[in-house]
Amino acid sequence: MTQLLLFNVTNGLIIGAFYVLMALGLSLIINLSGVINFAHGGFLALGGYLAFTLSPFLGFWGALLVSPLLTAALGLVLERLLIRRLYGRDPLYSLLLTFGLAFIFEDATRFVWGAQGLPVTIPDFLGQPLSPDLFFITWYRLFMVGVVAVSVGGLFLLLRHTRLGIRIRAGTLDLETVSTLGVNVGRLRALNFGVGIFLAGLSGVLAGGQLGLDPTMGAGLLMPSFIAIIVGGVGSLPGTLVGGLLIGVASGVTAVFLPSASEAVMYVLMALVLLARPRGLLGEEGLMT
Amino acid sequence: MSAAGRTGAPVPLAIWVLLLLAPFWLGPVGGYTALGTRVLVLGLAAMSLNLLLGFTGVLSFGHAAWFGLGAYGAGLALKFVALSTPLALLLGTLTGGLAGALLGALIVHRRGIYFAMVTIAFGQVFYYIAYRWNSLTGGDDGLRGFARQDITLGPWHLDIAGNGTAFYYFVLTCFAVAVGLMALLLRSPFGRTLLAIRENERRARFLGIPVELHIWIAFALSCVFISFAGALYALLNNFADPNNLHYSLSGDLVIMAVLGGMRSFWGPLLGAAVFVVLQDYVSSLTTNWMSFVGLLFVLVVLFFPRGLLGILRRQGTA
Repeated sequence: MTQLLLFNVTNGLIIGAFYVLMALGLSLIINLSGVINFAHGGFLALGGYLAFTLSPFLGFWGALLVSPLLTAALGLVLERLLIRRLYGRDPLYSLLLTFGLAFIFEDATRFVWGAQGLPVTIPDFLGQPLSPDLFFITWYRLFMVGVVAVSVGGLFLLLRHTRLGIRIRAGTLDLETVSTLGVNVGRLRALNFGVGIFLAGLSGVLAGGQLGLDPTMGAGLLMPSFIAIIVGGVGSLPGTLVGGLLIGVASGVTAVFLPSASEAVMYVLMALVLLARPRGLLGEEGLMT
Repeated sequence: MSAAGRTGAPVPLAIWVLLLLAPFWLGPVGGYTALGTRVLVLGLAAMSLNLLLGFTGVLSFGHAAWFGLGAYGAGLALKFVALSTPLALLLGTLTGGLAGALLGALIVHRRGIYFAMVTIAFGQVFYYIAYRWNSLTGGDDGLRGFARQDITLGPWHLDIAGNGTAFYYFVLTCFAVAVGLMALLLRSPFGRTLLAIRENERRARFLGIPVELHIWIAFALSCVFISFAGALYALLNNFADPNNLHYSLSGDLVIMAVLGGMRSFWGPLLGAAVFVVLQDYVSSLTTNWMSFVGLLFVLVVLFFPRGLLGILRRQGTA
């Protein structure tokens, strides 16, 4: 029983780490641009599929780096052509637009790569378990957590110490003032969007290595990310981090006792948070309400 | 109901005449009666959503949940409670309406993007429940094994189970009652207050209007209306499946409202008609309906953000 619980908590943390990576990208875009990017799941799937196509040429490691970059490049193009027009309008419109994009993404992936699931080949040694005692943790899972930790650490360093990061944080609080101070807000939003989509692409490659690829994978992972953001508090990146890990562990532990409720428990958690602390665990009142 | 008021009586009158005669002209133009019934039901759903979207200015993106709960409520009532169509409608409406009112109380303090995200996420709870609770809901295959029943009122017998045209008129009657109630609601002081909240929430608050209470009541009423539509939808198909609860249907309903014109009373019905007819036509031509509908979303947002009626009205005043 302890073994089982340990297994599921670890599992939950790993899945939670994964939700965090996806949700942080979404969160960045929501905070600075007020856009709920429904197509985030589509970008995620695209990242995974590009890795599938590229890995025979670049190997797993090359694909791990290049496909998120390509995904981000496509994100920048779509931001420039479509999403940029909707900044400052009712969030309804950007939500509908990205919703439509999500449909097109899913259909396009199905058209190009087929409806059947595909694997992303990972290096052999990553597929091994850590040890016979810890049979349930493969090196790949540990590697996933490592990549997430590095990315999250990198993101927070970027936000804290670089000029771009400081501007993003300032823009989240008061975009108008940042603009008055001579910052090119259009470019700032574009870069921020690109960073968010890069994280989505990276999540896609990681997810592909663990779960395999299928056209609906992005849509399935979108809801947990939303819940992670709401639980942590819309507007707070550390909140998203906490929220993601929390719902991962909660659904992992629930899977031990009541497997069929492992999805529902996230929603229960969200309802409880909204009851007890409507702004979210680390959210600030007045910001993004 | 400033929208209908401004265009004057002819437009609503024309709509009612078209709806009343639908079974006669749908065939000759290449349609069929069940298509008309679908338009009515989804139009009613989009109009219910528009009470919030267009008239209160609150972005709910999870309304399929209440629609689907209405559908499952009606189906389960027919299957397990009694073979009665009115009872199914009543129980379906209550299921979605009560659930909406309860969850609505949790989320009315949020606004804008936050509200949209919470409604999307909560909407999915019911999808997972319907998907997982196989023994009750039939899971992924959907709820089967029920059928709408004829209605007998004293000497009158309505053959809505077998006769599609009779069912169309039954749905049209239900539609008329619901839409009439909505129009009354929007004309009442309560409805005017909702408009005030939409236009300037802060000013409404300073005038002493309990904004959260109003939004909560509007949310609950919108849920009641849309679950009524959902119950009708289950009766139309004699079937309910988890997709009735999925957020992609919520998106479809929002796009119907936007496409038709969410600032007008009848806009969502027009949007639903265009959407349903396109869906019927395009999915007979290609399997890539998803790309098509995705493209429709993008084009509507970029080129018709005011909706069809919005454009017409602009040209009318220009």
